[in-house]
This record gives sequence, structure tokens and C-alpha cells, in this order.
Amino acid sequence: MSSQTIFYKTPKDLPREEWFASGHRLCAGCGAGIAARLIFKAIRGPTVVVNPTGCVEVSTSCYPYTAWKIPYVHVAFENAAAVASGVVEAIKILNKKRGRKLHDVIVFAGDGGTFDIGLQALSGALERGHNLLYICYDNEAYMNTGIQRSGATPIGAATTTSPAGKVIPGKQERKKDLIAIAVAHKIPYAATASISHPLDLVNKVRKALEIEGPKVLHVLAPCVPGWRYPPSETVRIARLAVETRYFPVYEVEYGRVKINIRVKEPKPLEEFLKAQGRFSHLFRPENAHVLEALKKAVEENWERLVKLEESGIAL
Amino acid sequence: MARQAQERIAIMGDEAIALAVKQSNVDVIAAYPITPQTIIVERLSEYVANGELDAAFIQAESEHSALSICVGASLAGARVFTSTASQGLALMHEIVYATSSMRVPMVMAIANRSLNAPLNIHCEHGDVMPERDSGWVHLFATNVQEAYDLTFIAFKLSEHPDVQLPVSVNLDAFILTHSVEPLTPISDEDASKFLPPRQPLYSIDFDSPATFGTMALPDTYMEFKYQLKEAAEKAGQVYPEVAGEYARISGRRYWYFNSYMADDADAVVLVLGSTYGTLKVAARRLREGGLKVGVVGLTMFRPFPEKQLVELLKNAKSLIVMDRAYSYGGLGGPLYMEVLAMLYRNGLRIPVMNVVYGLGGRDFRLDEAEAVLKIALDGARRGRFDEHVRWWGVRA
Ligand SMILES: Cc1ncc(C[n+]2csc(CCOP(=O)(O)OP(=O)(O)O)c2C)c(N)n1
Ligand code: SF4
Ligand SMILES: [Mg+2]
Repeated sequence: MSSQTIFYKTPKDLPREEWFASGHRLCAGCGAGIAARLIFKAIRGPTVVVNPTGCVEVSTSCYPYTAWKIPYVHVAFENAAAVASGVVEAIKILNKKRGRKLHDVIVFAGDGGTFDIGLQALSGALERGHNLLYICYDNEAYMNTGIQRSGATPIGAATTTSPAGKVIPGKQERKKDLIAIAVAHKIPYAATASISHPLDLVNKVRKALEIEGPKVLHVLAPCVPGWRYPPSETVRIARLAVETRYFPVYEVEYGRVKINIRVKEPKPLEEFLKAQGRFSHLFRPENAHVLEALKKAVEENWERLVKLEESGIAL
Repeated sequence: MARQAQERIAIMGDEAIALAVKQSNVDVIAAYPITPQTIIVERLSEYVANGELDAAFIQAESEHSALSICVGASLAGARVFTSTASQGLALMHEIVYATSSMRVPMVMAIANRSLNAPLNIHCEHGDVMPERDSGWVHLFATNVQEAYDLTFIAFKLSEHPDVQLPVSVNLDAFILTHSVEPLTPISDEDASKFLPPRQPLYSIDFDSPATFGTMALPDTYMEFKYQLKEAAEKAGQVYPEVAGEYARISGRRYWYFNSYMADDADAVVLVLGSTYGTLKVAARRLREGGLKVGVVGLTMFRPFPEKQLVELLKNAKSLIVMDRAYSYGGLGGPLYMEVLAMLYRNGLRIPVMNVVYGLGGRDFRLDEAEAVLKIALDGARRGRFDEHVRWWGVRA
């Protein structure tokens, strides 16, 4: 049985409340900031956010200011899923013992804090089955420390630790499949979303909150200096990521894949890549093989998802 | 209020801690197994599984996460307990500092064990010493009864409105964790009066939202740390009041240290943990022979009870500080270095020697305790020691 999916039909249905306030210190055009603003509009009641170290944390919680109008907890870089587990279980037992008010618990974590250093804590939390929503805002590198490669950086991308060198042209390894990792924990709900498709994003947040147990949402959130494009381009680039099939938007409910945005006629991947500086070296003749490898990775991933959806097999 | 008479039972240190935690109205327990702490969390999970304890028991996937879970749970208003040792504590290190600096109350039992390498599971204080400067309150038990009692005191101290700091209860690996000793528990009723359900000063609440764990730049960071320093010192000031309240329900009075005939002693030996008991027996024997020796076992290592120790030691003619840990490349063991600084800045110019002993669980027997006391006495008579630091019994 599929849960209710549409909570907001048009942008006008979104609540006016801004739980993530303006005046934070994120870069102009920061994709993570757009994600945060939208995501926390979709809360359904008392909510607490747990945010590990990273761009969003340093830019929104600098004492004595805060951009958070809901309770907010930061402890360290690799432990957001664990901190959130403690918050969830404490509120649950205190509710049972002394009637404490229940809260939804949302983790809002970067890709470094999720794919890499925080993966163990995330795996532990998913395995233990806590009722929490883990959202990864993915800008495909460690941005806060100055754009270093992460397990979420795609093949070919140049970062400060996978530079476009003469011998090694950017990152040589493929991006990890976060949703596959999450789904392998047999959780009820995992999905991807892009800030370019806000209604899809907020409906997924809200839908996930209605489901009991651990949920994972993987949100593409372009980064202006990290991806190297003008600040006005963030949403267009996020949309191109979807329209080129670079970032498929899909969900996995109780193991069953459903592609939410069917990209029947994809735009050429080059359109997405050429809009950003981090891929510019891929268009030099000597790096054609890297471009091919990236294209192949994108194609394979899409075909795999289509097959999974058609098969109806529960992962 | 008359306290209820309780029967004496026989119990090992780990189980005594678990019993105290069970009686403490605890809400969330998160931990990860490591010898010799494991029995604590096994018993607690049994209590929860059997419905004897209404708490959430969470076995984390690592100690780093166990402590992180505890931080989240405490910020959400729960009374929280964890326990670890050695490698586990080292893995927690990053979050140990976050816990105290974020002023998160909780109690952690540390079954003091050596740190790799070489791998060794036996008694040493080298695991807790890297956490010395974190702002945690560190209490040391000398026997099983103390480990039990200090657990209650630790919760109360931790949640004291003027303190709001995490507290560790240290008990020696195997020597206390796995030794069966007599214990007189307090009644559940008295325990509940001493520790009613936690009422947090601040906690996660949508209706009055707060931002926990902020970033602070150079213009405010030092003020956060100054408040931590103040709180740690405050813990020392309110400790007698908390211990006094516990004495009223238990009949057992705790102080910054245990001392045996130290007031009028010529030679004093200062130590942490269970070795106090061995030294005490040795000192009693020497006293019977008319030798004026005394022994001090520190209960509170952080905050350091400077004033009270100086008062106690002001008439001593010599001092041996025993360390079951070492600062490699430093002047000696951590307790020794601290005591040297204390004596110097209080104008007490007595000869001091450091005995480093028992690393990795090496036995320290009664005859050896007597020998150390006699060396101390010799130092008192001669007004000097021939060496600063001696690695006791080591094959060099
Ligand atoms: C244990 C630890 N290692 C390294 C760091 C340094 N550090 C802080 S934020 C960060 C990168 C964060 O990357 P990500 O999670 O992708 O978030 P983003 O900054 O990109 O939003 C790093 C490496 C740290 N704070 N803690
Ligand atoms: S560096 Fe990137 S992720 Fe960080 S604030 Fe700027 S745009 Fe956002
Ligand atoms: Mg990132």
C-alpha cells in the first residue's frame, strides 16, 4: 500500500512560515540554503533539526545569531545520525514516562557528513530503526573546508584534492550510490529530490514524515564556488541535472523503485557539464575518455533504475 | 527522614554500577561493549528487557556514536548513562570534549584499562588521563561500595543547576569491575528521593526553540570556555553539599579524598583508585610498628581539590605520588605533575617522588605497598629522595 503522496499541489499550498530564517551567511545562490528553506516549510508540527559540521552549520549557527526558528542541534561532523537517534529515543521514552511533547526529528547533513565520515553513524541509525528523517544536501564535495573531493563527487569533477591535473584529470572514481546503501538497510522509504523541483521535494519531505521508521532523502544542492557558476544559475543547473538524467529523481518505498520525474528525452549531458567550471577540463581532447566514463555512469544508472521500476522487484 | 535499613549483598563492581543506574531514574542508556565494562551494559539491558527498568537501552554501532546518542538524549531532557573503557574512551574523545563544552549532563562509568599498544585489557588509568582537561568531573572509586555510591552522587552533581557538566565514575579494570565485594545498597525509595526524575534546565523544545552547539568565533569563544572553567570549579564547591545529602540517606559520607592517618604522618603516599586499599592495609601494619605513615586516595581528580589537599598535606615531611599512567616524554605521571604544581604554588617545599606502577594490570602487592611507604619514610627522614620518578618493578 502506498502512502499519501500529495500534500502540496501548488507552491501556494506551502505554509508561509519561514523556519529557516533569512540573514544566514551562506553564499548568494547556495543550493543548500534553498533546500533548507523549502524542506523546513514541509514540517508537520513540533520538529527538531540535527545538523553536522559543514557549510550550513557554520553559516547558520554563529553565536550569538541563529537562522533556526526550530530547535537545532550541532555536535560534530560524523555523528548527526547518532545524535538524532538519541534525541528520538529520549523524546519517545519521556513521552511514555512523563507525557513529554513528541517532536519529529530531521537530520540535515552534507554529503561529506553522510557518504563518508558519517556513514557508519548513519548505517547504525538505519539498522536500529529509529523514527527519523535523514536528509542529505548533496553539493558533491566538502565545501566548508574549501571544495575537497568526497564520496559523492562524480567522476571527472575537479576539486581542490582531485584537481584537473595534466596526469590525473579530476576525480577518477565514481560517486557512491547513497540510496542503494540506504535501501540495503531495508528501510521503509528512501528518495532523491532536487531543489529545481520544489513541489516534488516538499511533498517527499512531508510524505516521509508520515512514515514510521528511518527515512533517507538525498537532495541535490548545487554550490556556487564549488561547481563554479554564477549565483543566479543554481536552480537552472539543478534542473539540468535532472533533465540530463545526471541526477534521477526517484523514490524507493518498501524496496520498490518509482521514478518520479520521467526524463523521456534527456538533454545532452554536456549542457549540464558546460554550465560549470568543475567539468571544463573534460572538454579537452586528451580527457575525452573521462567524459565518456561519466556519460557511461549516468546512462547505466538511469537504465538500472528503469529496469528496477519495470521489474517491480522489492530491493 | 529515617533511612531504610538495607541488607548487605555480595556483588562485583560492574554489577554494582548497573544496580545504581537502575535505581537512578535513568531514561536512556547507550553504550558499546568493551572489556571490562561489558557486564555493566549487559545487566542494564537485562533490567530493561525484563521490565525492571523503564528506560531506552541502545547498543550503538561504536563508542563514538554511543556518546553522541547520549548527548542527543540528554539535550532532549533525559537522564542518561553510558560506560566504556580504554579504546572505547579514546574513540569517544572528540565527543567527550563536546559533551562538557556544550554543558550536557550525563554519567559515564569508566572501567579503567590500558590503551593499545600493546593490546592489554587490564587495569591502568592511561585511558581517562587524555580526558583530564575536558571539563568533565572525574571521580575515582577505591572499592565496589564506592563505585555504587559515587554513581548516585555523579548524577546529582552532573545535573546541579550550577554545574551542568558530565561526570565520570572511574573503577579499576578487573580489580573492581570483576571483584565480588560486600555492598550495602540504598533502598529504591531513598534512591528515588535523592534522584527524582530529571528536570532539565534547558532542553530541546519546539515551543521555546534554542540552538545547541553553536559556532563561536574568536570574539566569543573564550567566554564559552571561561564558563566551562567556572562550572568545573563550581562542581568542586557544591560537591560536599551533594555528598552530604547522600550521606543522610546512606550513612556513608564522601569527601574529596579518602585518607588514612595522613594528618599527623611524616610520610604520605597519594594514589588514585583501588590501590588505596592495599596501601591502607600496609600503612596500618607500619603504624603498628610505630612508623608515622599515611595514605590518601583521591576521590575527586577533576576538579582538583587543591585547597583541601594542601590543608591535609601541610605537615607532611615527604610525599610519594603513585601514578598508574604516564606522560611519555613528560616529567612523570599526570597526578605527580599536578601535585608538584600544587605544592609549589602553595609554598610547600617537601621532597616528592613519583612511583609509576601497575601499568597494563601488573600486580601491586601488599609487600610492595609496604616498601613504597618505607621509601616515603626514608625521604622524610633524609629530607630528600634520590630520584624523581621510579618505574616500579620494571625490567629495564
Ligand atoms: C572529524 C572532523 N574531520 C574534519 C573536519 C573538517 N570539516 C569540517 S566541515 C567539513 C566538510 C563538510 O563537507 P560536507 O559534509 O559535504 O558539507 P558542506 O560543507 O559541503 O556543506 C570538514 C572536512 C571536522 N570538522 N571534523
Ligand atoms: S560554499 Fe557552496 S555550499 Fe557552501 S555556502 Fe557557498 S554555495 Fe553554499
Ligand atoms: Mg558537501
